[in-house]
Amino acid sequence: MDQPEVEVVECDVLICGGGMAGCGAAYESAYWARAKGLRVVLVEKAAVERSGAVAMGLSAINCYMGMKFGENQPEDFVRYVRQDLMGLSREDLVYDIARNVDSTVHMFEEWGLPIFRTPEGKYKREGRWQIMIHGESYKPIVAEAAKKAIGEQNIYERVFMSHVLLDKSDPGKVAGAVGFSVRDNKIYVFRAKAIISAAGGATMVFRPHSVGEGLGRIWYAPWNTGSAYKLAITAGAEMTQMEHRLVVARFKDGYGPVGMWFLLFKAVLKNAYGELVEQKWADLLKDWMPYGGGTPIPTPLRNHQMIRDHLAGAGPHFLRTDEALQKMFADVNNDPRKVREIESDAWEDFLDMTMSQALVWASENIDPAKTPSEVVLTEPYLMGSHASGTGAWVSGPGDIAPRDYFWGYNRMTTVRGLFAAGDGVGGSAHKFSSGSYTEGRLAGKAAVAYVNDNGGPASIDQDRLEAIKQELFRPLEVYEESRASVTRGEVNPAALSPKQSLLRLQKIMDEYVAGQGSGYITNGPTLKRGLELLKMFREDLPRMAARDRHDLLRSWEVWDRLYCAEAHARHMLFREETRWPGYYYRGDFPGLDEANWKCFTTSRYDAATGEWTLSKKPYVPLIP
Amino acid sequence: MPTYVNPDKCDGCKAQDRPACMYICPNDLMTLDKSLGKSWNQEPDLCWECYACVKTCPQGAIAMRGYGDVVPLGASLTPLRGTDSIMWTVKYRDGQMKRFKFPIRTTPWGSIEPHQGLPDPSVDGAKEPGLCGEAKYLGVPALPALARS
Repeated sequence: MDQPEVEVVECDVLICGGGMAGCGAAYESAYWARAKGLRVVLVEKAAVERSGAVAMGLSAINCYMGMKFGENQPEDFVRYVRQDLMGLSREDLVYDIARNVDSTVHMFEEWGLPIFRTPEGKYKREGRWQIMIHGESYKPIVAEAAKKAIGEQNIYERVFMSHVLLDKSDPGKVAGAVGFSVRDNKIYVFRAKAIISAAGGATMVFRPHSVGEGLGRIWYAPWNTGSAYKLAITAGAEMTQMEHRLVVARFKDGYGPVGMWFLLFKAVLKNAYGELVEQKWADLLKDWMPYGGGTPIPTPLRNHQMIRDHLAGAGPHFLRTDEALQKMFADVNNDPRKVREIESDAWEDFLDMTMSQALVWASENIDPAKTPSEVVLTEPYLMGSHASGTGAWVSGPGDIAPRDYFWGYNRMTTVRGLFAAGDGVGGSAHKFSSGSYTEGRLAGKAAVAYVNDNGGPASIDQDRLEAIKQELFRPLEVYEESRASVTRGEVNPAALSPKQSLLRLQKIMDEYVAGQGSGYITNGPTLKRGLELLKMFREDLPRMAARDRHDLLRSWEVWDRLYCAEAHARHMLFREETRWPGYYYRGDFPGLDEANWKCFTTSRYDAATGEWTLSKKPYVPLIP
Repeated sequence: MPTYVNPDKCDGCKAQDRPACMYICPNDLMTLDKSLGKSWNQEPDLCWECYACVKTCPQGAIAMRGYGDVVPLGASLTPLRGTDSIMWTVKYRDGQMKRFKFPIRTTPWGSIEPHQGLPDPSVDGAKEPGLCGEAKYLGVPALPALARS
């Protein structure tokens, strides 16, 4: 193999990931960087115009207070998030996003994002926190602003970031990061004073419902491979709530969104016998007090009711789109123009963000006004932006964070100079697109403040860098070396393809770590067995073989997912309770244990020894 | 599958090194077959059906076939994306057709001027709570705050 070209890029703030959080970080840090003339660089493994979880578009902005309309205050949002997360959220982080997020949304509208308005001039609400948008071009609009803010010359596309470099003389601090080109025989070394890990949550750690051609039709973007976590974990940053996965109810097979149907169209979930699932299983909530008695019913508890109904043999479960639409049509006296508007809104919800579901409807001859649609629970995802809280343990904002949650710079991890945002930050949630962008802005601003205060040069460990360079393209060498072992075909005693590696990981996770196929149930012994298999999997991964640069990308994405999987399993083993039934159950600790576990879990990975250390961190309430 | 490419329409973006679909695909799936001079989806089972390539293809050469292991055959979903709106044509398995048109942007492409009209930043300002331009964008007179515990 030809020796790769190595390009060294000097910058002050390095943003890893060009999704919503990364674009927010670029926009905000570019502004504050001007005061001292700092250089901001953004790296993205795809094209920023269509990258990250919003690449496809969105039909709603799910985090908007509406303070200027007197709709909600940040305190209200904190109470809502706390309830949905079964008591555990970093209230300083949630509050900080809530108090700033409206400015982000107003800016998006000025840039050209079409937002539905009511006749009174307010934004049209889908639910208390959600507003409706025509969001097909949401990401291209946000990308345009980010590119203009930092300059096209500071954006590196099709570069996959794999390693954070620590300062040789001060390993608690960052010195840069390394990545490789997905297109060319090239390695990039970014020397940076501050790094923002905004590279997305983790999908496909678990086996999805479909495993053939439909493997990639999952709910969250399949290119979200958990880079945000892997970069932080391997840098030695403390992680939090890595057990706090997400499982959501979605339209079957297309994974289409249900939020608008529930919240705006008032559709209900019924089983095959016409029973209302929520009503039938209302008593289950009493086992999960105080959260079971609060409103709204937390996402995991709604899942829990659905699972119990499924186990009672009462499926399939249907969202009664037919009943909801017929009622709405009747409410407008079947006025053809208004009926057409309602139908258009219903379809746009899919066509803006989950076209596959529209294709499923058309393929199965489903007219939502006449036929209800099946709803099922997804496989688990690891993410910090939706109704779950995996991610890095970060400092809160200086003016409101409690002492335990503050160490100098907002959204900085426990590694100095390493910041996180979006799915990358744990312990808070319900950020969605606008909140992730806002958190990127907060991190971007704080990263500039950090560089202003700590501008000294960092030294890169050249031996370590050399080792990483060797490691990066190793899968291409394995492929060449192993080809002679067989006549033809993929079965090779000396090599594993990235796809087979991914499927092996998904099998372990599904069967031992409470995947959808196991009914989301596990226990201590099962998790320990899963960790044994993960250990052997990890030992085999250096044999991953890449035929080409595309395979090389896939190989490194498997490593991302492995670190996420391992952190997830270890955190689940550590937390000896079932806090989020409907997300997962510890069969050996089936109840909520407020006395011992109303706290955050944290972990730290030691890259030198491969050891994980887990501990508890106190939950500090800020809002009564 | 997800995406497939019509060989009669695809021109490989006139034999450029990087066709439009290859440039835009978020999952590095669309790629150029150099011997054919046309693009193809090299890993359909990791296609999210995000339609980024379908929308961007200048020849309208890319379409979607529902996942072979999941979706009954015969339906189609076709976008036509302009500068300010998108039109979708839904064709059902039984032949029924529906059309929808939605706005996508209210301003001209390329018109965003980030930070325009905001005061010059200061070094000290970077340490304050809140974000740039909030006097203009937040919509309320002051950034809400809590007493520090």
